[in-house]
Amino acid sequence: MVDALKADAAHGPALNTFPALLQVHERERGARPAIREKDLGIWQSLTWAEVAAQVRTLAHGLAHLGIRPGMHVAVVGENRPRLYMTMMAAQMLGAIPVPLYQDAVAQEMVYVLQDAEISVAVVEDQEQVDKMMEVREQCPALAHIVYDDPRGLRHYSDAMLLSYEALLAQGEAHRAAQPAYVTDAAAAVAPDDTAAMFYTSGTTGKPKGVVLTHNALIDRARAVAEMENLTDQEDVLAYLPPAWIGQNMFSYTQLLVSGFTVNHPESPETVAIDMRDIGPTYYFAPPRVLEGLLTQVTIRMEDASAIKRALYRSAMGLARRVGTRILDGEQVSLVDRLRYGLGNILIYGPLRNALGMSRVRVAYTAGEAIGPDLFVFYRSIGINLKQLYGSTETSVFVCVQPDGKVRADTVGPPVAGVEIRIADNGEIQVKSPGLFKAYYRNPEATAEARTADGWFMTGDAGYLDTDGQLKIIDRAKDVGKLAGGQLFAPKYIENKLKFFPFIKEAVAFGANRDEVCAFINIDLEAVGNWAERRGMPYAGYTDLAAKIEVYDLIADCVSQVNADLAADPKLAASQVHRFLILHKELDPDDDELTRTRKVRRAFIGKKYAVLIDALFEARASQYIETEVKFEDGRTGSIAADIRIQTAATHAASQAKAA
Amino acid sequence: MDTSNRDSRIGDVVLDMRNISLSFGGVRALSDISFDVREHEIRAIIGPNGAGKSSMLNVINGVYVPQQGAIHFQGKQFDRMTPRRAAEMGIARTFQNLALFKGMSVLDNIMAGRNLRMKQGLFAQALRWGPALAEENEHREFVEHIVDFLEIQAARKTPVGRLSYGLQKRVDLGRALAMEPRLLLLDEPMAGMNIEEKQDMSRFILDVNDEFGTTIVLIEHDMGVVMDISDRVVVLDYGKKIGDGAPDEVRENEDVIRAYLGVDH
Repeated sequence: MVDALKADAAHGPALNTFPALLQVHERERGARPAIREKDLGIWQSLTWAEVAAQVRTLAHGLAHLGIRPGMHVAVVGENRPRLYMTMMAAQMLGAIPVPLYQDAVAQEMVYVLQDAEISVAVVEDQEQVDKMMEVREQCPALAHIVYDDPRGLRHYSDAMLLSYEALLAQGEAHRAAQPAYVTDAAAAVAPDDTAAMFYTSGTTGKPKGVVLTHNALIDRARAVAEMENLTDQEDVLAYLPPAWIGQNMFSYTQLLVSGFTVNHPESPETVAIDMRDIGPTYYFAPPRVLEGLLTQVTIRMEDASAIKRALYRSAMGLARRVGTRILDGEQVSLVDRLRYGLGNILIYGPLRNALGMSRVRVAYTAGEAIGPDLFVFYRSIGINLKQLYGSTETSVFVCVQPDGKVRADTVGPPVAGVEIRIADNGEIQVKSPGLFKAYYRNPEATAEARTADGWFMTGDAGYLDTDGQLKIIDRAKDVGKLAGGQLFAPKYIENKLKFFPFIKEAVAFGANRDEVCAFINIDLEAVGNWAERRGMPYAGYTDLAAKIEVYDLIADCVSQVNADLAADPKLAASQVHRFLILHKELDPDDDELTRTRKVRRAFIGKKYAVLIDALFEARASQYIETEVKFEDGRTGSIAADIRIQTAATHAASQAKAA
Repeated sequence: MDTSNRDSRIGDVVLDMRNISLSFGGVRALSDISFDVREHEIRAIIGPNGAGKSSMLNVINGVYVPQQGAIHFQGKQFDRMTPRRAAEMGIARTFQNLALFKGMSVLDNIMAGRNLRMKQGLFAQALRWGPALAEENEHREFVEHIVDFLEIQAARKTPVGRLSYGLQKRVDLGRALAMEPRLLLLDEPMAGMNIEEKQDMSRFILDVNDEFGTTIVLIEHDMGVVMDISDRVVVLDYGKKIGDGAPDEVRENEDVIRAYLGVDH
C-alpha cells in the first residue's frame, strides 16, 4: 500500500489510468517494442509510439461509431494485437472494454451482449462475425461489428459490418473534424472510473459482470511489478483466452504498467513453437498446461535411446534431491553443486530450452491445485515457478509466493496492500485496493459477496500457516467438521489422492463422523499398464479394481497421503482410515460427475449409501448392484462384492508441513 | 454466402474438351466425351470406380494423349497437351496418392511448387548469389501467404512424412497453389479423410475459388461433398458421359441414380 502510494505521489494521481500510462510509455520508451506478432513467419514489432498513434486513431473511429464514456465495447477473438489496441482505444474514450470468450457459441454470448448493452463489437474474424450476425435479432442495441481479418468476408454486404482499416479511416476523418476530441476524453478519465468488465460464469445462474476500476487493476499490477522487479525488458507470450482476467492481467494490465513487450502467437496451434522463438522472461500457466508440457517431455524421453534415458533418469533424480534447494538458495554440498552444474549443461539447460523456458525469470501457476510432483519438476530443473492466489473480483493478485519461500502446498503470503482474515467457517476474506467495484447491475450479488464491514468473501476455505503463507483447502461450502469438531475438507484430501497417477477420482466422507473414509476410482490406463508390466491378467475395469495387488498399491498411496495429513496439526484427524475401490468408474452419464468432471458429492452419497455404511461399520466387504447407462442410452447393471481395506494411519506430529 | 454474387463471377468457357476418346490397347477408358469448364467455377467430375475420372484429369494436364478429340484452353486448340506445357499455361494439380517429398519440410515442399516461376540459374540459387537471394525471399513470402491461408503454420518446418494424412493433403494443395494456377485440378481431394477433415478441405476449396478466383476441376467419390461445393457436375460411367449439369439436375437424373445405386427404374 505504502509503495503504491509512493508511486502515485511521484507521478500524480492521473497516472492511475490506462490512457495516462500509454502516454508515459510513448514518451519514455517510444522506440521500444510494445507488441510483437508473428506474421508470414516473421516477428513484426509495433513500438510504443506506433501503438499510441494507432490507438488514438482507433479511439477517434470508435467515437465516430458513437462510443461515449461509460459505454461497453465487446472484444472477441484470440490474442491479436489489434484487439488489444481496441481495448486501449475504448479506455482512452472512458468506455469499457468487455472481452468475451472466443470459443463460446453464439447463444452463450447473447446474455453478455444484452446485459452490457453492447453497440460496437470488435471481433477477430469471419467465425466471430457469423456469431454476431446470428444473435443480432436478440441484441437490438448491436449496431456495428468491426472485424480484424477480412478472409471469407468478401461477399458479406451488411451495413453493420466494418473492417478494421475502414474504422481507422473513419477515425482519421473524425480527427480532422475534431482534433482534440480523444485527447480531451482521455484527460477526463479518472482512476476510479471503470476500466474493464469481465464476465464470470457463476456455478449457478447467469454470468456476472465484474466491474474493475483503473485504480484497482493498476494498483495490483504495480504491487507485483515492485515485488518481482519487473522492468520494460520483460518478454511475455499472450496465449490464454483474453476474456480471462489472468490473461488480461499478465498481457494487458501489466503491459501498460511495466511497459514490457507482449508477443502474440501466430495461431493457437503454434504456441509451443512461438514460445521457443521468443523465450519469455515472465510466464504464466495453469497447471493443466504445465502438465501437458511434462507429458510431452516424458513421452519423448521414453522414445529416446537407452543411454539418453539413463542419463535423463539419473539427472532428474539429482534434480529432485538438490534442484529446488539450489533454486531457493539453500546450503547444498559442493559435490552436489558440481554434479547439478554438469546436469545443467547436459540435461536441464537443453530441457528448459526445448520448453521455451530458458529465459524465464518469474513463472506463476494458479487456477487449481497443482500436484507436488509436477510443481517440483519445473522447480528442480531451475525454472522459478511459483504459486499465486486470486480471482476476477480481486484483480488477480491476493497472494504471491516470494522468491526463496516457495512451497508446493501453499499459495504464498498476501501481496503488499492486501489484508486477509479467516472467518469462523474457515472462509478466506480479503480487503485489497484491487477489489471489484460491483457486479454489473446486480446489487444483490454484490451485497452477498461482501461482509457488512466491506471484506470480500472468496468462497474458498483455508488458513494462514505459521509462516504467514495462505493455504487453500477447499471451497468453503464443502468444508465441514468431523464429529470431534476437527476441520474436514474433502476436496483437499481428494486432491492429494488424485495427485497419484494411479488414482483417477476419489470421494472422501467424514462430515459429522468420527473418522474419514474414501471411495477410490483407479486410473485404468496407469494401473492397467502397471498390471501388464507385472504380467497380471485382467478383464476390464471391474476385474482390475477388485485385485488384491491393486488394493495394496492404492493402500500405499493412501498411507502416504495420511503421512502428509498427519504432519499438519489442523488436518491430522482427517487421515483416511478405510477405503474401497469402486467397481465402476464415476461417470457424468450416470450423474455422478458434472460435465466438467467435478464430483457430485450429495448424489454419490445417496446412490452408494450401502457402501458408505459398510465403510464406517468397518465390514470386510459389501455386495452392491449398480445400474449404469451406456453411451447409446441403454442401461445395464454391474454387480460386485467390494472389498473394504484399512489404510495405515500415522500419529499426528507437531512438525511443520514440509 | 450470397449466391447471386457468386453466379455473376462465373465467366466464359476457359477449358473446352471436345469429343475426347482414350484407349489403352483394347480398353476404352473414355469414349467421345465433351464438356466445358467456365472461368471461376467449381466443376466436378464424378462417377463410380473405373468410370474414367482420373483418366479425364490426366488428359487435361497432358499425362495421357487422347486418340481422338481436341482440348481448347483459353481459346487455343491443343491436339497434344504435355504436362510441361500445361504447367506453363497455369494448370496445376493435386494427386490422389499424394506427390510430396516426405523427407522435406512443408515449406520446402510448397517452395518446390514455385520452381517454374524462378528465373535464376541453378548455380546462382545454390550459392544464394545476390539476385537469387532476393528472388528466394520473394517466393518465400508468397509461400508464407499460402501457409497462412491453409492454416499450417504449426507444421511449417515439420517433415511432411510426419504429418497426418489430412494435413499432407493440405500441403499437396499448397504446392499446387504455389504455381498460382488459373486452373486447378484436384484428384479426390477428400479420399481417406474423416468428416472433420472433409469439412476443412471443402472450406479451403471454396476459399481458394473465392479469394483467388481460381477455376477448379475436381474428381470426387463422396457425392455429398461434391453436390455441396460444385457449380456444375459431369457424371461418367464406364468411360461414357451420362449426365452434366447443376448438382440438383444431376441428382434427379435417372441414369446417374442407376449408375450409383444399380437400381432399375
